[in-house]
Amino acid sequence: MPVDTQSPILRVTGLNKSYGERAALIDASFELWPGEVLAIVGESGSGKTTLLNALAARDKPDSGSVEFHIKDSGLTDIFKMTEAQRRLLARTDWGFVHQNSADGLRMEVSAGANVGERLMALGQRHYGKIRATACDWLARVEIDPARIDDLPRHFSGGMRQRLQIARNLVTQPRLVFMDEPTSGLDVSVQAKLLDLLRQLTQHLGLASIIVTHDLAVARLLAHRMIVMRRGCIVETGLTDQLLDDPQHPYTQLLVSSVLQP
Amino acid sequence: MSTPVLRLTNVGKEFTLHHQHGLKLPVLNDVNFEVASGECVVLDGASGMGKSTLLKLIYANYRVSAGSIQYIEKTGESLELTTASARELISLRRHRVGYVSQFLRVIPRISTLDLVAEPLLAELGHDEQAIKQAREQACVWLTRLRIPERLWGLAPATFSGGEQQRVNIARSMIKPRSLLLLDEPTASLDPQNTQTVVTLIHEAIAAGAAAIGIFHDQAVGNQLATRRIDMTHFRSITCAAQ
Repeated sequence: MPVDTQSPILRVTGLNKSYGERAALIDASFELWPGEVLAIVGESGSGKTTLLNALAARDKPDSGSVEFHIKDSGLTDIFKMTEAQRRLLARTDWGFVHQNSADGLRMEVSAGANVGERLMALGQRHYGKIRATACDWLARVEIDPARIDDLPRHFSGGMRQRLQIARNLVTQPRLVFMDEPTSGLDVSVQAKLLDLLRQLTQHLGLASIIVTHDLAVARLLAHRMIVMRRGCIVETGLTDQLLDDPQHPYTQLLVSSVLQP
Repeated sequence: MSTPVLRLTNVGKEFTLHHQHGLKLPVLNDVNFEVASGECVVLDGASGMGKSTLLKLIYANYRVSAGSIQYIEKTGESLELTTASARELISLRRHRVGYVSQFLRVIPRISTLDLVAEPLLAELGHDEQAIKQAREQACVWLTRLRIPERLWGLAPATFSGGEQQRVNIARSMIKPRSLLLLDEPTASLDPQNTQTVVTLIHEAIAAGAAAIGIFHDQAVGNQLATRRIDMTHFRSITCAAQ
């Protein structure tokens, strides 16, 4: 049976992080493989976002390692890279979709410039080509390309989230981090965004890590799930295993507390 | 009998409800059997005997409390499902083991045609040629299951229960697999559609699949069963199966 690729794209080993006296992350370890979508679930304050920020090198853990698979050199500890190497990764191989679109977009420049920025960071200079690529990506996230010169502040919440996705995916990253990408959106807008995320991760073979407190979002998008509580990973497994036959008392509580995930 | 596709050894399942004072619900005990290619094993037993639980354990949707479940490739290689990694299980489900139930998990905004075609794309890729090919096959399946063509372009969220059920059967069976887990796929279908599903299952088995099924409709079970397993054997702690 084909189980392709020999190396995980990300390997996380023994991550710890404290803020003062409070341990926010305790001994987190897992692997992520190319094409896999992993959901991190748990209530607010459980350490989900702390974990995500450590993985994306936005916040340095106190101990432990995060290794990312780099094309020629294999698994490489991201905290042993130079700042310049990390920045390059963050705008090429990685994407980061923020819960609050204002954190992920530049609100004072046009939609097209938001999408084109990462391309320019990679050295593309041909204005016409960048604009054409931006148009293409706006269409792919179902934003009318006629709005390419509008500012994101004139977009609806759902459009801004889709613009963030286009901005991130335009450089064809291999790993995308998403922090509650659908929360705060109307249900119908959520469905559109979720469907888009589902198709894009599938078609592009993206690996992604989605922090969510919404188990239905996890069910729809994620192959695997990590359940966190008080900084610890309490249970991991296939998404449907955890939702349909939760073993840990906390996972059972989480699953039984929602209406039909 | 040909070589087994699946082997269960001393499988047990007990649910622990941590928030109901740690209540333990034993469901299955000492389940031992094998299923070979070309067989259709029908599980017999009243409601609550653990028939669905058993299928879910084999699909690794539920996790065993005891014992071993092995999936065996034609090459003789085997995968221990109770300890397999998530990615091994994902790959197994994508390529080898199908679960056919009566319930469709509707995905917002995806057309019926693409929903049915999707399992084929895992193999074919997502280029235009592959999508065209997969859609052509999806048309064949939807036609056989009598889903009117005018519905193919719509997302099935608004379909009737019976239509959703048939879309689900098309989606679950379009890709040939070596092991089919059939959880009442014909429940509440009309006689004509029931017969179509029976034919589809017969075809899959003739093509070399192994199947394990639950059918409340006796007539359907009789048409499909090459062997029957009485679930009462797996209830008592002292009773050894087979």
